[in-house]
Amino acid sequence: MLILECPYCGVKGEETEFHAGGEAHLKRFGPGSSDADFETYLFMRENPKGVHLERWRHANGCGKWFHAARCTMTLEVFGTYSAQTYEPPQEIKDILTAKRPGWSWRNFK
Amino acid sequence: MSTRLTQGGRRIDRSKPVTFSFNGTRLKGYQGDTLASALLANDQMMMGRSFKYHRPRGVVASGAEEPNALMNMGEGGKFEPNQRATTTEIFDGLSAGSQNHWPSLEFDIGVVNNAFARFLPAGFYYKTFLFPRFAWKHIYEPFIRQSAGLGKAPDKETLDADTYEHFYFFADIAVIGGGLAGLQAAKTAALSGAKVLLMEQDPHWGGRSMVDGGELDGKPAAEYIAALVAELEGMENVTLRTRMMGAGVYDHGYLLGYERLRDHAPALVGPRHRLWKIRAGQIITATGAIERPLSFAGNDIPGVMLAGAVRDYIADYGVSAGDRVVVVTNNDDAYKTALAVKAAGLDVPVILDARAEGGGAIAAEARAMGIRVENGKGIAKVTGGKRVKSVKICAQAGEGAVLEEIACDAVAMSGGWSPVVHLWSHCGGKLLWDEEHAMFRPDETRPPLGADGAGFVIPAGAANGVMDMGVGLADADHAARKAVEALGLTPVDVSLPGFEQAAEAPLQPVWMMPQGAGPKLRMKAWLDYQNDVKVSDVQLAAREGYESVEHTKRYTTLGMATDQGKLSNINGLAVLSETLGQAIPATGTTTFRPPYTPISMGSIAGEARAEVFQPLRRTPMHDWHEANGAHWEPVGQWRRAYAYLRGGESVHEAVNREILATRESLGLLDASTLGKLIVKGPDAGKFLDMLYTNMMSTLKPGKCRYGLMCSENGFLSDDGVVVRLDEETFLCHTTTGGAERIHGHMEEWLQTEWWDWKVYVTNATEQWAQIGVVGPNSRKVLEKLGGVDVSKEALGFMEYTSGKLGGFDARIFRISFAGELSYEIAVPASQGAALWDTLFEAGAEFNATAYGTEAMHVMRAEKGFIMIGDETDGTIIPQDLGLSWAISKKKEDFLGKRAQEREFMVNPERWQLVGLETVDGSVIPDGAYAVAEGENANGQRNVQGRVTSTYYSPTLGKGIAMGLLHNGPERMGETVDFPGTDGKTYTAKVVSPVFYDPEGEKQNV
Repeated sequence: MLILECPYCGVKGEETEFHAGGEAHLKRFGPGSSDADFETYLFMRENPKGVHLERWRHANGCGKWFHAARCTMTLEVFGTYSAQTYEPPQEIKDILTAKRPGWSWRNFK
Repeated sequence: MSTRLTQGGRRIDRSKPVTFSFNGTRLKGYQGDTLASALLANDQMMMGRSFKYHRPRGVVASGAEEPNALMNMGEGGKFEPNQRATTTEIFDGLSAGSQNHWPSLEFDIGVVNNAFARFLPAGFYYKTFLFPRFAWKHIYEPFIRQSAGLGKAPDKETLDADTYEHFYFFADIAVIGGGLAGLQAAKTAALSGAKVLLMEQDPHWGGRSMVDGGELDGKPAAEYIAALVAELEGMENVTLRTRMMGAGVYDHGYLLGYERLRDHAPALVGPRHRLWKIRAGQIITATGAIERPLSFAGNDIPGVMLAGAVRDYIADYGVSAGDRVVVVTNNDDAYKTALAVKAAGLDVPVILDARAEGGGAIAAEARAMGIRVENGKGIAKVTGGKRVKSVKICAQAGEGAVLEEIACDAVAMSGGWSPVVHLWSHCGGKLLWDEEHAMFRPDETRPPLGADGAGFVIPAGAANGVMDMGVGLADADHAARKAVEALGLTPVDVSLPGFEQAAEAPLQPVWMMPQGAGPKLRMKAWLDYQNDVKVSDVQLAAREGYESVEHTKRYTTLGMATDQGKLSNINGLAVLSETLGQAIPATGTTTFRPPYTPISMGSIAGEARAEVFQPLRRTPMHDWHEANGAHWEPVGQWRRAYAYLRGGESVHEAVNREILATRESLGLLDASTLGKLIVKGPDAGKFLDMLYTNMMSTLKPGKCRYGLMCSENGFLSDDGVVVRLDEETFLCHTTTGGAERIHGHMEEWLQTEWWDWKVYVTNATEQWAQIGVVGPNSRKVLEKLGGVDVSKEALGFMEYTSGKLGGFDARIFRISFAGELSYEIAVPASQGAALWDTLFEAGAEFNATAYGTEAMHVMRAEKGFIMIGDETDGTIIPQDLGLSWAISKKKEDFLGKRAQEREFMVNPERWQLVGLETVDGSVIPDGAYAVAEGENANGQRNVQGRVTSTYYSPTLGKGIAMGLLHNGPERMGETVDFPGTDGKTYTAKVVSPVFYDPEGEKQNV
């Protein structure tokens, strides 16, 4: 069972306090988008061995959504950050670069 | 024979006899005995029969690793199968029964399998039962089910009479194992200031050092341990628990502890087991080591035991395994058993040392005591059936030519010791093969990793492969220092006691005895006692291509069931490696999974049973329902009245009465469970336009609108009436089961997509009681209460007002789910019960009738209103249900809009909602399919639709239904066939789904 830190309320909680919400930084495609874009948005997901950026909700806590940078192989949690962003903040990228040199995830490096 | 010695037995109290029963026979033991030691004291060596061949089996070990001596324990509500006799402490009145035999342990019909053993090799059920095909279901499977399984399953109707609990704990350092290493590690950690939890699965501290420890600082090890335990008990930052097993290590320092509080003393009050949910900064696994058997023919005959177990029974319980004990070994450690047997005044006819060079100093000691020692020799075969009679000696290097037969009644074997690496491995700790000591031990450079990416498990002592006790103490101290440093504390220096380790001659791996054993011997050389897997089975698996150890495990069942191969795994994979001609580390191990030994289902459930299994949500009127014949229906965590039974009424009769009373005069519905979400803010309208398919931003304050919500994938997810309370505030009603889900859905979009929109959402479901006041007389009863004008002119259909209604702080919505003149009155939850009572008083003259969820369902179906979960199942879009009118054409975007433009969603072939009216007035069975001409590829009738809701309508006096039908709306008047599972076919006419008052004259008055 993972331990995650909610970046909003600062609580370090057990996994049972949180709900996993799938991949982070999805770009929404609505009416007018191509079938391919819409399909990618709705169904296509990363399945990395290593660095992954995910959405979590502090469901049994403050109720806020946030993002976590995590290693799917070692379960190391590199950091958690606000969900109100289009890309991981520089400090998270720096940690990833320090811990997993040469990391990349979708278009982020 | 096995018997109680006149002296010795550190754990037993000879002044306290205990009476227990085994297979119905009353036997005596002493307080402190395990069931296994007490049975041995009564010369009951045979304790069960094997799983597959029903061979007689005796106890092999003295601890948690025991594969054979599994018992059915207790009776009735206290019954539990598969309990290890070696870890069961006896008490007065204990009742145990051996397993896997019929009619008795001594005489067993199933032993016939033993005679057919050569026809039942590994994987026999994958090969043997293929043909003829019908035979599997009718002959083979029933036969296998009858003969398989170890213990008896508890009776399904009998509830567990005991209670269980969960317990949460946080520790800086959790130490698993209270042997010398664990105690020493705990001391170093505790003195360094860490909060320490130390657990030991056994009732006693000290582990193997109590038997084998010799002297520490010139004093018996037991004295050092007693002082160490006393010191730890006196420290505030240390929690100690015996009878508590470290069951499993999980991610990020999560650890399960399984504490057995009353198994040894059922008279104690309180829970039987306690499951500790522990979060530890660092975990030290001081879990010791387990001795390995040797693989020789007849090594499963009762009386063949692990050498360490033989001396445990002497030292701990004053019980001898036999009068003449042959010792067979590949290491020096087993010589201790010979010395212990000799010291107890019993005979050791011979020590067979498979090593050509023989043992070290201890071998000389044995010889000096007059024990015959044979180097380079092994056992070709053990003779005996239910008890060892003799061993036939051979050269280890040969093929099993018998040199000599020696009479004996017990064999003490040792193939070396394997560190208990289970808890290290549970969460990903890696192993390395130690060639010198022929064992897998933790690779400290590859530990399980925590949230910070650093290791959080540290092995110590024998569990780390350090078998030398003195070095083990230093290793434990080192492990604790490492753990303390990982926590950011400073380790203190702790002085360690002096220990003189006698020099040992090196172990020589022996995976088969003799090394050239032929097929006949290999077929009787057991690797896995519990699953009846022999050397020949693993070799067969390897020949048949099962080269991966995981495949071999599943093909042969090696290492499965309750002991999970604690004795068998290393020998098994060594045999596999040899057969495949590869090194042992190339074969690797199977995965170690928690729990370490089985834990009770009760402990996993904890307190969560019966009423407290899950919380019950109660509306303010719950007590009234209960007092008035409510027939309950669970809806989420709510309990709603399905109908209210009066007198001797059936549920069906009650539902019909409630419907007719409502349609004729006045019905009252507790609608409090309905979801009530408040959406507020300058952007609330814009937000709801995205969430609902309808346009909500144009709704005027004081007006209501029925809305549909879809997922981003286009499928209908929830529905309900939206009310605009004021310019910035909307009240969104959701389904009862959907309130939390839709609240979460709103929060998700607000927080993760439109986070700059100025909107707040809150779930006010439980803050309001809500009552449906329904029927032609509903207005009259509200007018009797007075205070708010609810006339047609003042409050039209789909309008909202608020005020003091009969003294209550009411929100009044004129909406209708039954198709009658109807109001929903919401009041603060604290006023709900009073309003409910008041409405019944005022409505008495109108025969005010409470109605339940079923009447509500029937009435909505009579009106053709859909129900989420009936008409929808996660694959239905609003367009399928004739709800295109509720989908805005003007909005550029809403959740689901893009998805509903996809090819499959606009396909005219999609099934569409229609009404269905049986030709003969009967009720179509729930879930029935409408069949079409022809058959599909599987030879089944083609289908063209299905029923989604079906009821008897008391209003219309016949069966009505709604369903989805291919081209439905164009087929009005046609008939369709619905075959039921009752053999009848129901023919129904396709009609409009609105059966009752299609013009809406009743609700608009």
